[in-house]
Amino acid sequence: MELILAAAIGILAASGVYLILRPRTFQVIIGLSLISYAVNLFILAMGRLRMDAAPILDGANANPGDYVDPVPQALVLTAIVIGFAMTALFLVVLLAARGLTGNDHVDGKLD
Amino acid sequence: MAGGVAALLFLVTLLLFPQVADGGVLAYRIEWIPQLGLNLTLRLDGLAWLFSVLITLIGLLVVLYARYYMSPQDPVARFYALLLAFMGAMLGLVLSGNIIQLAVFWELTSLVSFLLIGYWYHRGAARDGARMALIVTGMGGLALFVAMLLIGHIVGSYELDDVLASGKTLVESPLYPVTLILFLVAAFTKSAQFPFQFWLPNAMTAPTPVSAYLHSATMVKAGVFLLTRFWPVMSDSELWFAIVTYTGLATLIFGAAAALFQRDLKGLLAYSTISHLGLITTLLGMGTPLAAVAAIFHIANHATFKASLFMAVGIIDHETGTRDVRKLSGLWRLMPFTSTFAIIASGAMAGVPLLNGFLSKEMFFTETAEFHPDIFVNYSLPIGATIAGMLSVAYSIKFVHGVFFGPPPTELDRVPHEPPALMRRPMELLVVVCLAVGIIPGITIGPFLAAAVTSVLGAETPYYSLSVWHGFNWPLLMSFIAMLGGAVIYIPYYRRFRDVDGLPVLTRFRGQRIFERLLLNATNKWSPSFLKLFSTQRLQPQVFIVVLLALAAGVAAGWARMGNLPLPASFDPVLGLVWLLGGISAIAAAQQAKFHRLAAMILMGGAGLATCITFAWLSAPDLALTQLLAEIATTVLILLGLRWLPKRLPVPEDLTVKMRLRRLRDVGLAVLVGLGAALASYAVMTRTAPPGISEFFLKNAYTEGGGTNVVNVMLVDFRGFDTMGEITVLGIVALTVFALLRRFRPAVDSADRPEQQRLLDGNAEGQRVADDFLRIPSLIMTWLFPVVIAIAIYMLLRGHDLPGGGFIAGIIMSLGFILQYMAHGTRWVEERLRVLPVLWIGWGLLLAMLTGLGAMALGAPFLTSAFAYAEIPLIGKIPMATALLFDLGVFALVVGATVLMLIALAHQSIRRPKPAGPANPRERGGLAKWN
Repeated sequence: MELILAAAIGILAASGVYLILRPRTFQVIIGLSLISYAVNLFILAMGRLRMDAAPILDGANANPGDYVDPVPQALVLTAIVIGFAMTALFLVVLLAARGLTGNDHVDGKLD
Repeated sequence: MAGGVAALLFLVTLLLFPQVADGGVLAYRIEWIPQLGLNLTLRLDGLAWLFSVLITLIGLLVVLYARYYMSPQDPVARFYALLLAFMGAMLGLVLSGNIIQLAVFWELTSLVSFLLIGYWYHRGAARDGARMALIVTGMGGLALFVAMLLIGHIVGSYELDDVLASGKTLVESPLYPVTLILFLVAAFTKSAQFPFQFWLPNAMTAPTPVSAYLHSATMVKAGVFLLTRFWPVMSDSELWFAIVTYTGLATLIFGAAAALFQRDLKGLLAYSTISHLGLITTLLGMGTPLAAVAAIFHIANHATFKASLFMAVGIIDHETGTRDVRKLSGLWRLMPFTSTFAIIASGAMAGVPLLNGFLSKEMFFTETAEFHPDIFVNYSLPIGATIAGMLSVAYSIKFVHGVFFGPPPTELDRVPHEPPALMRRPMELLVVVCLAVGIIPGITIGPFLAAAVTSVLGAETPYYSLSVWHGFNWPLLMSFIAMLGGAVIYIPYYRRFRDVDGLPVLTRFRGQRIFERLLLNATNKWSPSFLKLFSTQRLQPQVFIVVLLALAAGVAAGWARMGNLPLPASFDPVLGLVWLLGGISAIAAAQQAKFHRLAAMILMGGAGLATCITFAWLSAPDLALTQLLAEIATTVLILLGLRWLPKRLPVPEDLTVKMRLRRLRDVGLAVLVGLGAALASYAVMTRTAPPGISEFFLKNAYTEGGGTNVVNVMLVDFRGFDTMGEITVLGIVALTVFALLRRFRPAVDSADRPEQQRLLDGNAEGQRVADDFLRIPSLIMTWLFPVVIAIAIYMLLRGHDLPGGGFIAGIIMSLGFILQYMAHGTRWVEERLRVLPVLWIGWGLLLAMLTGLGAMALGAPFLTSAFAYAEIPLIGKIPMATALLFDLGVFALVVGATVLMLIALAHQSIRRPKPAGPANPRERGGLAKWN
């Protein structure tokens, strides 16, 4: 399980990094999304992996051993929403730059 | 008002004299950072007192004078404000008892001087002069600051008292040469000593009261004040003697010679000031106590006669409209009083007997004529002094003869006459002082000078005589030669050089030109080439370097701690399958993103879905829900944006070797980063978790937060402040998106309607098919709207105990709107949309904030940790109440933000395409409807 998740994080990060090094804005936006998946999974992994132990308390049973670590989850939840906002903003900046410069190169001009 | 302040300060200073008369020191200290030796210390001794009197007295007179000098169109309030600011800074400088404080006030005087020189900022020359003065004196200020730090380091204290009591420590320190050079750079830039003299003549673009006050009487004296202040502890060395004396002598002669060749009266006085400052510097350089006495004496004398001369020039300028010496002549008959007083002041400048300038000049000659063992010094000093004396007599004659005698002026626009009496008074008072000091020095200035001298020299104070007549001796002879020589120099000058502007030989090597060239090179040539060498405007290399650095940092931090990695304990086939697909999707997305945007986006969605399943699989239902919904919203937004990107057809690429290499390099870096991330996460996951703060949240979520969904309780309660910040960001992003798109202009090649729409034109059959397209699904989507809202509310309400909450509900709600867009198109939705997203954003934020504030108002314990704890008491009584309100705020904001972005993006498709060109005013109302 750990190995699969580690590999997944690696693949997502590698694809994302390759894309943000590309010259077209659309590639960069996809790359950023992939990197944010990788980062979110990485943060979740910091709380160790457990199945069937969602941090939803069973009544008054508050034995910490019965549940997965909720802290990374709260952090990732925030990160997802911020990531959504970032993607939206970047998309619009991308469109505005495209309108202003007439192309979609990250520098605003073709080589 | 300004005059009142100056007069008050002057009186206070006068009253303090008895306390410093016999070498006493007044001090007042406010501790600021005593650990670092930084205190605000005011320290008044004889020297500081003498300067304070000069500053306040001349300040008072200049304020009165400026009242008549400034024209009604000038912003007078700013002028007086700056003048008073300068007076304060200068007083702070001379009264500083802490050397760091001294450096700060030093900088302040430079700054205010800059503002005053540039007072008439609509004149280019004033701006240039101000900038040059600021750069030169600012450079000196920096040098001074370092020098002061070094002195503080050597002595071990920043208090002036300690420094002055340190005896020979400074001179014997190995750091002495560095300190001295920096120190002298500061003093020389401020006092316009060679080779930094060029800024002072350019500073004459300031209003004349400023020139009289700052650039002759006080600020330029700050440099020699500094030399005098530290004279007891720094002057006892060969280095000091060599540098200071000869810099002073060079400045003395150069300034006097340049003054002779000026047409502008203020220029003449400026160079004369430089020359006199050189004289003072020379005296201070000689290192004998008597020379120091002469220096202090001359500081006071020069301030009085030069300020009065500047005022006279100001009056002449005011009355005749020109300062050009060629246009002026015979003013004596037209302005008898002004002329008489100006002539007397010029006499003091030239060193005519019975005037104060004579006394200090005699002392100067006496000192230079002293026998010195070094034969070069023995001859160079008296000869140089005599030459300079001759030159200064010559330019004084030029000033007097050229302006006040001769035939009446013919080239003036108006007939000059005497100025208002009050405008003359300040100048007259100063001239009377010159006379009084010159005739009866023992009574008038004796005690004050004694106090100042004692404060500098202490026990070493020599015997000196202030009487006018010393009998026939060398100095008198030198004075005589100077007088005669000056007259002799003037006669050929008058015949031949009258129209020359600037020194005949030296005009080519003007410091100003060198300075400007240097500045131009530094700002215009060197910095771009540095930028070219060390920086790039292109994004890709920057990102590459950032990623590389991040990788290096990660490796550096993690490599040593990696340890032995255990083999995987278990293998989960389902997750394996999910990520087989997810991984392929990610790699394929990376490969397709250039030419197949839609495909890349779908593939990215695949990877996102895999992430989502992983969240659900690994006990994170809230995350899975949020991820899924955010994924959908992102996809819709990108789909709306795709239309505006340029077409790119997959043509077989003609890759150059360079491009291939670049891609290979990027792939390499990406693979390394991926490996690093995988290794790091694997290493962490295979270790047992250290006890953290999680236990606290799990234990207290229900008992104190009142909810069983720990993640949600954390978001709205424990870490409520974080969430608050987060929704603020979301709101700002939505508004930014809206603002950016309001002025959106598509690029030329995608401004036209899309090809699919154009094909329908005039094709009835096609149009009918298009109209019926998705008819039944669209009906279902319409009906789904209330259902979606119901789900959203359900999610919102159950959020505290089960997966759900404000974010999730908010996005679900906005998905309802997205469905309507998909079903009916932009126009249909916009006609029926009754949601005002900006209001939703505002109310959401307000509600969330009020919830927190309400808890605070109810006496929540820790104000510092704000909301997180603040809500606890209330929740204890009425479970969920405030947390739900907070979540409601989050919900409203998320709905508002998402819908606003959606509207803004979707609206672009129905705007009349209008590529680059003047904005159409009618279009403006388009988006404003939802504002």
